[in-house]
Amino acid sequence: MAGKQMEMTGAEMVLQALKDNGVEHIFGYPGGAVLPIYDELHQQEDIEHILVRHEQGAGHMAEGYARSTGKPGVVLVTSGPGATNVVTALQDALMDSIPIVCLTGQVPTSLIGSDAFQECDTVGITRPCTKHNWLVKDVNQLSRVIHEAFRIATTGRPGPVVVDIPKDVQFATGIYTPPSPVIEQKSYQPKVSGDLEKIRAAVELMAGAKRPMIYSGGGVINSGREASQLLRELVELTDFPITSTLMGLGAYPASGKNWMGMLGMHGTYEANMAMHDCDVMVCIGARFDDRITGRLDAFSPNSKKIHIDIDPSSINKIVRTDIGILGDVGHVLEDMVRLWRASKTTDSSQLTEWWTRISKWKARNSLAYTPNKDVIMPQYAIQRLYELTKDRDTYITTEVGQHQMWAAQFYGFEEPNRWMTSGGLGTMGYGFPAAIGVQVAHRDSLVIDIAGDASIQMCIQEMSCAVQYGLPVKIFILNNQYMGMVRQWQQLLHGNRLSHSYTESMPDFVKLAEAYGGVGIRCDKPDELDDAIQTMIDTPQPVIFDCRVAALANCFPMIPSGKAHNDMLLPDEATDEAVANAIDAKGRALV
Amino acid sequence: MNAQHQPTGSAYFMTAETALPESHTLSVLVDNEPGVLARVIGLFSGRGYNIESLTVSETEHEAHLSRITIVTTATPHVLAQIMAQLERIVPVHRVVDLSVRSVELGYDKALERELALVKVTGTGDNRVEALRLADAFRAQVIDANTEHFIFEITGRVSKIEQFISIMKPLGLVEICRTGIAAMNRGPQGM
Repeated sequence: MAGKQMEMTGAEMVLQALKDNGVEHIFGYPGGAVLPIYDELHQQEDIEHILVRHEQGAGHMAEGYARSTGKPGVVLVTSGPGATNVVTALQDALMDSIPIVCLTGQVPTSLIGSDAFQECDTVGITRPCTKHNWLVKDVNQLSRVIHEAFRIATTGRPGPVVVDIPKDVQFATGIYTPPSPVIEQKSYQPKVSGDLEKIRAAVELMAGAKRPMIYSGGGVINSGREASQLLRELVELTDFPITSTLMGLGAYPASGKNWMGMLGMHGTYEANMAMHDCDVMVCIGARFDDRITGRLDAFSPNSKKIHIDIDPSSINKIVRTDIGILGDVGHVLEDMVRLWRASKTTDSSQLTEWWTRISKWKARNSLAYTPNKDVIMPQYAIQRLYELTKDRDTYITTEVGQHQMWAAQFYGFEEPNRWMTSGGLGTMGYGFPAAIGVQVAHRDSLVIDIAGDASIQMCIQEMSCAVQYGLPVKIFILNNQYMGMVRQWQQLLHGNRLSHSYTESMPDFVKLAEAYGGVGIRCDKPDELDDAIQTMIDTPQPVIFDCRVAALANCFPMIPSGKAHNDMLLPDEATDEAVANAIDAKGRALV
Repeated sequence: MNAQHQPTGSAYFMTAETALPESHTLSVLVDNEPGVLARVIGLFSGRGYNIESLTVSETEHEAHLSRITIVTTATPHVLAQIMAQLERIVPVHRVVDLSVRSVELGYDKALERELALVKVTGTGDNRVEALRLADAFRAQVIDANTEHFIFEITGRVSKIEQFISIMKPLGLVEICRTGIAAMNRGPQGM
């Protein structure tokens, strides 16, 4: 069939183009403007369609699917509300660089602009929250646009794209063109290999470093497994300490000897102190987000900074770098490892003093918390969950809030693509649909959404989807009855006036699970927790685990807003008074 | 015309930006496809950059390429960000900072021209004075009756500004300006 042109309807083209781009699963919801495509879906068996309960769920499922497989996630929704409901997931994917191809139905071309039923300006609405988008008005352009959509979503810095297809175009007949290895597009040419001279200069700088620090991010995961392998090799060769952003967890194993823990607002003391005091910083596939840097004018003041990124706009955006290397992390790391091997015989003795300092910071034990034998501490719950699942084939997703930070702090990730979380946008409601997407791609794996009691209620309707497709996702809710992170910030910033952050009416999660046809488990005693978690793991159906935890625990350590890396609030110093005065008037205005 | 000038996009940039904002003229070569202008100006409004002047037209019909000329004011750091962000837009082929490029080529600055249509209504001495000044500014009369003139004037922005301010007391009723078209001196292309 390759190279041959075929006549078919627009709806047939959509299915053909998806198959030709290697798609096996799509997440969607039917509606008037996509009925022709749904009719085609009904008549084939190559592509499995997962029927969601809300289009936002479809978007997050596609994100989880993409993040755990490295392949693009595909979404199919109708016009108007179908398209607007998926916007949150598109922006989420844009900020976290997740490849999503979203196909939206549109009213017939003759009705566009007439305020027709279920019409919205989909390309207008999604323009700022996609990497690129198209409205296809000519059926003969449809196959080319879909192939281009896959290319743009998956190459360069990955991201979401939208293809808006009017209903008359789905019915119209035209010529289908298969994907071509020759790229016609001239304007979009992402650069993958880095400038060798700059890489050489970076290696030289690194070789002379006395206090080096590697700061890696989600770009390493996006670049593929090879990149994570090369990162490990680089750390091994250089003996540099390594920290990572929330998005980059798993690229370097948490059990690795150079691992410092996550950095940033809720990162470890040692990671943040080392970032502050280092003399050479190697930023690999991260973007100096405000959750990472803290106060910018005090961010790592004495270091030379090397930044490897595939997106030219990320380099020098927030922090001025000394050597900016534009290229794909995997390619650049390959060159870097090769040059390091060629030029340097490992002499890690010059790092001895640095490692001694780091071990002192580590000894502060910044993730410590006060154990409690009557009440489950949220940190303890994550630790037990980790211990009981670490030897299995496990994938973890999260919602957004305290539970997300505790999961990042206490769950050790050994491999890339095992950790799905909403980093940039911070979308409550992300974790559960994302877990379903992961489970669709990995049917036999253990997939757990670590959730909060507030977040989980934002996309809880997808329980119905999980049950329908027999996807045994486990929802592990750290239930403290509060929007915990909101409450923590109200305590820090607003005199502990807990405005609307307490949920007085909480569903009975066990009954809720049962109502959907899943299994509910409740646990509120530390000494029963292990057995309860084991029951959850052994249950072959979707489970909602209502883990009742200490209501007022705070997430520490923390860089209060407006403060620098070396100005952290540590758990043992966080008295009520210290917490109340941690943030000054200037910091209060920050998010 | 646009959002307040911001030193950076980060809420955590608590230090004052010490560099002064400069006016730069950017040439952006894009595929002339639906929505491309919205992508470019949406980028400026969404990220809080300034647009002082904007001119767009298809310049190569066969290749469907349009050239967008944008005059913006920003610090050098933000300008670099604007360039990088523009280059990220999929249908953008090239972005050239004409102001920087002209210096590289050994010229003082890029050539910049604007065209304006200026309607002046009046009788008697004012009318005679308007025509005399228009002549001095080398503005063409492209429409007239006994009570009005429409002048067409081309030149640097400063010249057009001056012409308009002179016409004000003489019965100025309407102005239309094209925005700046710009190009660098010398034999080389964009």
